[in-house]
Amino acid sequence: MADPNNAPIPTVVADRVDIVYRVNGTGAGRGSATAALNRILRRKKTEQASGVRKVHAVKAVSFTAYRGEAIGLIGTNGSGKSTLLKAVAGLLPVEHGRIYTDGQPSLLGVNAALMNDLTGERNVYLGGLAMGMSREQVRERYQEIVDFSGINEKGDFITLPMRTYSSGMAARLRFSIAAAKDHDVLMIDEALATGDRSFQKRSEARIRELRKSAGTVFLVSHNNKSIRDTCDRVLWLERGELRMDGGTEEVLKEYEKFTGGGGKAP
Amino acid sequence: MKAADVSQVLHTPPPAPDPVPAPAAPPDDAAALAARYGLTVSGARPSLPAYVRQLWARRHFITAFATAKLTAQYSQAKLGQVWQVATPLLNAAVYYFIFGELMGTSRGVPDYIPFLVTGVFVWTFTQSSIMAGTRAISGSLGLVRALHFPRAALPVSYALQQLQQLLFSMAALFVILLCVGVPVSVSWLLVVPALALQFVFNAGVAMIMARMGARTPDIAQLMPFVLRTWMYVSGVMWSIDKVLTAHQDMPHIVLIALECNPAAVYIDLMRFALIDTFHASQLPHHVWPLAVGWALLAGVGGFIYFWKAEETYGRG
Repeated sequence: MADPNNAPIPTVVADRVDIVYRVNGTGAGRGSATAALNRILRRKKTEQASGVRKVHAVKAVSFTAYRGEAIGLIGTNGSGKSTLLKAVAGLLPVEHGRIYTDGQPSLLGVNAALMNDLTGERNVYLGGLAMGMSREQVRERYQEIVDFSGINEKGDFITLPMRTYSSGMAARLRFSIAAAKDHDVLMIDEALATGDRSFQKRSEARIRELRKSAGTVFLVSHNNKSIRDTCDRVLWLERGELRMDGGTEEVLKEYEKFTGGGGKAP
Repeated sequence: MKAADVSQVLHTPPPAPDPVPAPAAPPDDAAALAARYGLTVSGARPSLPAYVRQLWARRHFITAFATAKLTAQYSQAKLGQVWQVATPLLNAAVYYFIFGELMGTSRGVPDYIPFLVTGVFVWTFTQSSIMAGTRAISGSLGLVRALHFPRAALPVSYALQQLQQLLFSMAALFVILLCVGVPVSVSWLLVVPALALQFVFNAGVAMIMARMGARTPDIAQLMPFVLRTWMYVSGVMWSIDKVLTAHQDMPHIVLIALECNPAAVYIDLMRFALIDTFHASQLPHHVWPLAVGWALLAGVGGFIYFWKAEETYGRG
């Protein structure tokens, strides 16, 4: 945790956050047209009985993140890590509780804005603009992004459509675009798992750089090594609950005991 | 959401939203801390002026997204961007064959080919803007859930893509006009305000449909039928004016509805601008106020309607 003497500046405050998904069409008589019609007609009154199922993905999670911290989020599959990050980014609503943030946290990921039929070059521009950079900023950073991705190391690939890229190359370009912007609060969802070893090294270095230049970094990963390399604090989520919050070594030791000792992770 | 999330913490229907177990941290603490450092609540809807500013700040994204979508559309085809012009021309050819030759709607309409082609192109602009708008949010959930931007950028961008598409069609239309011997005239300049008004109208309706489509994706299945009905009553391939003079006995309300129909208004304005044999007398009464009124109503109304649900897009 942060040292009170240095008067750490909080960047994200999560106050007893609950996140609930509602899933349509899972109730009795699923699939049948009359059941569906029934659901539509009576949606307001009987949400419970009409086949809307609730998934309580995150339960009463509270934490405060401070400027300069790199926080790892760990937990077995489906423990609510990605969901929590999306809520911090303001992309998912919270059911109860509040999330306060400094500025606009951004989820590292521009994949959705990119188009496979366009060249890498145009995707750099599109992705940059989608993240809220100005045209001038994108132009300034363009060369930097391309060099960082290493796409052009094996020939002039940046002027080819992205559908011709290997999955590793595409992932590298995506990370490079997303990491080009300085974020106040940056959240990375297992982005480091992609690319070859040399690219992983570069991206770890870039994350450390981003950490210095601005605020707080959140990293979701199943790779304990990359958590150890980049993070100094770890939140452990299990079944939507915050199980541990503390120094990297301390939490990872417990987590490894849990996943190793209690049989394979569910 | 990920399927993995479901597997672990399923709540089967019965249990009512259980009261949150009060955790250790005192409640006011977090809020006070947040207030002291000027943190704001994540994911709250901005005020209307702030929203307009944000949207304006993203104007380059809107245009880049529209152009990218347009370019990506035919990038796999061998003929590539030629299809931008070829598709509307083929469309017009089909309508000409069916309505002009087989059904004889062309009787009594001078310059039927430009009349029909203008109608088809202008109508297609409105139709595809609305169709794209309906899917603007529900079809871009990945984008909405990954990045932060004013969501109105999406329907506006889709409408803009259709406008760019229409500009290609207009180039083809000008060639057709010259080929069939319609003289070049100053009134062609009226195309610009007519298109601007129609774009505002389309973007507005696209935003309304985007909000409805985001809430109920089923609307996208219904829209083709609504739009086809709308097309047939909008005088795309027949002359409203001619039918009205032939059927004087029609109820007044039907007359008014036919004449005030925004699609018909924009189509007839374009015909009036481009075709010399389409006279002002064939236009509905008060056509410019109608065109401006529809644009303002749909544009402003649609924008506010869309903004009201800004924080809900991408949920569920």
